[in-house]
Amino acid sequence: MTGAEGMRFVDEFRDPGIARTLVKRIDALAGGGSFKFMEVCGGHTHTIYQHGLHAILPDAIDLVHGPGCPVCVIPMGRVDDAIAIARTDGVIFTTYGDMMRVPGGDGSLLDAKADGADVRFVYSPLDALRIATENPDREVVFFAIGFETTTPSTAVTLLRAKAEGIDNFSVFCNHVTILPAIKAILDSPDMRLEGFVGPGHVSTIIGTKPYWWIPERYDKPVVISGFEPIDVLQSVLMLLEQIVEGRREVENQYGRVVREEGNPRALEAIHRTMELRPQFEWRGLGFISRSALKLRPELADFDAEVRFDVPGVRVADPKSCQCGEVLKGVIKPWECRVFGTACTPETPIGTCMVSSEGACAAYYNYGRYALREEAARARKGATA
Amino acid sequence: MCLGIPGRVVSIEDEARHIAKVDVSGVKRNVNVGLVLPDGLDVGDWVLIHVGFAISKIDEEEAEATLGFLREMGEMFDQELDDYRSSGIA
Repeated sequence: MTGAEGMRFVDEFRDPGIARTLVKRIDALAGGGSFKFMEVCGGHTHTIYQHGLHAILPDAIDLVHGPGCPVCVIPMGRVDDAIAIARTDGVIFTTYGDMMRVPGGDGSLLDAKADGADVRFVYSPLDALRIATENPDREVVFFAIGFETTTPSTAVTLLRAKAEGIDNFSVFCNHVTILPAIKAILDSPDMRLEGFVGPGHVSTIIGTKPYWWIPERYDKPVVISGFEPIDVLQSVLMLLEQIVEGRREVENQYGRVVREEGNPRALEAIHRTMELRPQFEWRGLGFISRSALKLRPELADFDAEVRFDVPGVRVADPKSCQCGEVLKGVIKPWECRVFGTACTPETPIGTCMVSSEGACAAYYNYGRYALREEAARARKGATA
Repeated sequence: MCLGIPGRVVSIEDEARHIAKVDVSGVKRNVNVGLVLPDGLDVGDWVLIHVGFAISKIDEEEAEATLGFLREMGEMFDQELDDYRSSGIA
């Protein structure tokens, strides 16, 4: 379904007029071509499905979901490590809510909590630090996950813990960086992409410059995008314009929030507290060199991996789970063999179904109508 | 959790620790504003909040537009607001 029928979703936009104009221009520029763009960030994936953008856009545009869902990329072995720390006597283990239900090799943090481990949800790492000051006789560990959007929060919290000498607080650091993952996808032989809708909030921190090599070395355009449906449509148009005009650049559609230089103070806080790991395992993408951060040796006292026995065992994903292919954009969520049957948001097998930013959860929650259309499109293609 | 939610600075609570009280959709909680201080920060300013930290200053128009967009998310925004409500940053 495209064109007039898809356009009925546009009526629900706050500014349907602009959306219509954008879609018309995209349609005109795309012509009979075929363009596969990856939206790197899970927030964009969410917008696309909630607002049915994939149905509104012409068939020539295929939006592929990327690895930018912080919960989704944490491998099972790290969840098991987290659970091992959480089960240590005297530990209060604090985590963002999204991580609670992520299955490891042997259950989730929620299961560990049910078994008696003291696992607590926190909104912010500063809440974890507060719990540490309120419980001086306990060891409080914070499960740090997330891309560059989230990393500065952990960094600033660490700096405060150090400055205030809060010695019963430590961080289990799993922060990842988006650019090596994009490179891994570009180097992957099974992926053919024409451009990237770049992450908005990650770029608020890192700015627009670190993406330079994508146009220069891989000849692909990047447009950093805001999160509203109009933003995503405009970013798709900007990508197409670059391609049609023969340009390859990093453009910033989200200039009202993202600056070229990013947030220097946030970058400084990260630099003062963390350094690159030689390599890190990503769920589905395998080991990627220099793609994650660990605490600097000066902060070893605050490093849960130093303070606790962490098994560090690699655990293979369940055979039935195809999160890896979803995260690389090789298959659509509904093409996974367990999507919506064995794997649902209530009983997730893979991480992509756990987080609301995961492509599978977004598809499941908003994509019911979309699924029908994809199927219809596939049928149409088969008979054409 | 990658959501950025707009809030309006109500008061500066702890200058040394860079803590300000920020109102998100009527819920007032403490937030670390240290990362946006180089731009200057006054009561009444709008900031984009992520896991208890202001990551960017935004103007009122952007804040209103983003709040409108987030409210359309329904349950997801309610959850984010509940999480914000649960926070007790000191």
